Amino acid sequence: MTEKNPLADPRLAAFEEKISNDQRIEPKDWMPDAFRKNVLRQMSQHAHSEVIGMQPEGNWITRAPTLYRKIVLLAKIQDEGGHGLYLYSAAETLGTSREEMVQALHDGKAKYASIFNYPSLTWADIGMIGWLVDGAAIVNQVSLQRTSYGPYSRAMIRICKEESFHQRQGYEATMVLARGSAEQKAMAQDSLNRWWWPSMMMFGPHDSESAHSGQSMKWKLKRESNDVLRQRFVDQTVPQAEFIGLKIPDPDLKWNEERGSYDFGEIDWDEFMQVISGNGPCNRQRLQHSIRAQEDGQWVRDAMHAYELKRQAREVA
Amino acid sequence: MNQHSLPLFEVFIRSKRGLDHRHVGSLHAEDPAQALDYARDVYLRRSEGVSVWVVRSSDITASQESDMASFCDPMDDKPYRHATHFKLPKEVDNM
Amino acid sequence: MDSQKKALLNYCIALGDDSLTLGHRLSEWCRNGPFLEEDLALTNVSLDFIGRARMLYSYAAEVEDQGRGEDDIAYLRDCREYRNFLINELPNGDFAFTMARQLMIDAFDVGFYKGLTQSADEMLAAIAAKAIKESRYHLRRSEDWIKRLGDGTDESHERTQKAFDQLWGYAAEMFEMASDEQQLVDAGIAVDRSALKAEWSSTMHSVLKEATLDIPAQDWAIGGGREGIHTEHLGYLLAELQYLQRTYPGQQW
Repeated sequence: MTEKNPLADPRLAAFEEKISNDQRIEPKDWMPDAFRKNVLRQMSQHAHSEVIGMQPEGNWITRAPTLYRKIVLLAKIQDEGGHGLYLYSAAETLGTSREEMVQALHDGKAKYASIFNYPSLTWADIGMIGWLVDGAAIVNQVSLQRTSYGPYSRAMIRICKEESFHQRQGYEATMVLARGSAEQKAMAQDSLNRWWWPSMMMFGPHDSESAHSGQSMKWKLKRESNDVLRQRFVDQTVPQAEFIGLKIPDPDLKWNEERGSYDFGEIDWDEFMQVISGNGPCNRQRLQHSIRAQEDGQWVRDAMHAYELKRQAREVA
Repeated sequence: MNQHSLPLFEVFIRSKRGLDHRHVGSLHAEDPAQALDYARDVYLRRSEGVSVWVVRSSDITASQESDMASFCDPMDDKPYRHATHFKLPKEVDNM
Repeated sequence: MDSQKKALLNYCIALGDDSLTLGHRLSEWCRNGPFLEEDLALTNVSLDFIGRARMLYSYAAEVEDQGRGEDDIAYLRDCREYRNFLINELPNGDFAFTMARQLMIDAFDVGFYKGLTQSADEMLAAIAAKAIKESRYHLRRSEDWIKRLGDGTDESHERTQKAFDQLWGYAAEMFEMASDEQQLVDAGIAVDRSALKAEWSSTMHSVLKEATLDIPAQDWAIGGGREGIHTEHLGYLLAELQYLQRTYPGQQW
């Protein structure tokens, strides 16, 4: 059998043309299966990250040091849940239900950002997650506002609008510690030491190593490469650290006049692979928590449904 | 396991008086009343609106892209529906 | 400090304690809700209660005028100095227990804060004006949930009935006046809580009936919160709440 020329399919040609004209692909449009799969994978992974990401921060809700910090943290975690919800909804336009996506997560078939497999051990970690983790996420999300799948792009625009307070509150909370007592400053520095490299890993493997990057860039699902985004994060974060007198734990970090950017050291890719493959400090805990919440809620969801059926029956009667 | 999934609702918000309701996203709920309550928690956390509509996603009838040619193209040849079609002297052109 | 001022201070702190302990319990649901939409909704309710506690503590600090702030009041008092009703501090239990408690408290709060909007104390009246709007919405939500759970499946019915059975005796103290409260009622500042019971009972009866649930027997009552006699659970709640302030005293956060 001869290989069919893909461009012979007029639907594919129309799809490619939309992409090259920077038009958004909408749910009812025809799209190649591989595109559908890729965008679903990216969105569900993003949604799972938001929801799993509620855990390390949630770990400090009941222990926040002041009532003000407590409500800010609660509101922020609630936003993350909301963002997960926007993203699940956007992904559902592709015909996969939220239940199916969550099931895939619990079966270990879907991933989430590996940063959330690190533990939040001290209060300083809450500030650090806001400053670094949300900071890195925003760099990525701002870029994704122009992603080619319409519902994803719109969810990103909405999320970026809300996310701006997250990083600012994190930096501000870190600043208070960095300018506080010696103990507090040490707490902040220790936290930066633990979160810096995992934050750098959030952008994924080098462009040359990234499995999905090439195709995603071609389809404009991803608009900028992992390495470009990582560099942007470093360049914006280093001065922020200097301003509050914290030291980024990278001996190779230095300003490169010629490039107008910071040079930085190599990520420990072995650790990255370990965490990604399920063996980070909290992988098991995070998944078990998510499964337990899902299971504990089953009788509630069943009750709602039973009630609704009774109500409908009463209406008919 | 009995995996009933909650129905999907589309949410529309009027951000201020005088504007149209705009689609902002969707959510799951058992019935319209509950969907309306959750729309408050999900889409109005920052007082983004003065009015909310929810509608079951399954109640929406959508056009198909493949039909859009026959659906819309016949409208293309009616330039007289657009204000710019009518050339007026510049003295009265801000009509 | 004259005795009325002292009573007002105690009053604000007690109301703040009710709000904080319940808001704290509800905040434990964040990331544990039965589905994402409800997770967000519960968190909003929690935020309302913690916000209310902040207003009440700040006002208490102002009345006291000894340089304390809202966080000193929340974080630096021990179990015996807390004045909340016991029902607020009980652990969340399952979702049915949480919503049954919520119905009992929301139905009380709607009557209570409606009364407090008429307070001769302007600040309390202003706080109440905000709180009553929140509580009306909370009550709508908890009524709705109790109907869904009570009249849902056999399992949800059983869990919800059990929750009310276990909670019922904690309601009594909501309608018993504390020793220094009457003088505030006489001054037109506080609400006569003993007068709220009839309306509360009628709300509970109609909601539980519609939810196909039985009103539990009225044969036990546990109280003491307004006198600082608590369940053993409060100590653990405070241990978590106050952990950082106690471990690193006197710092800014």
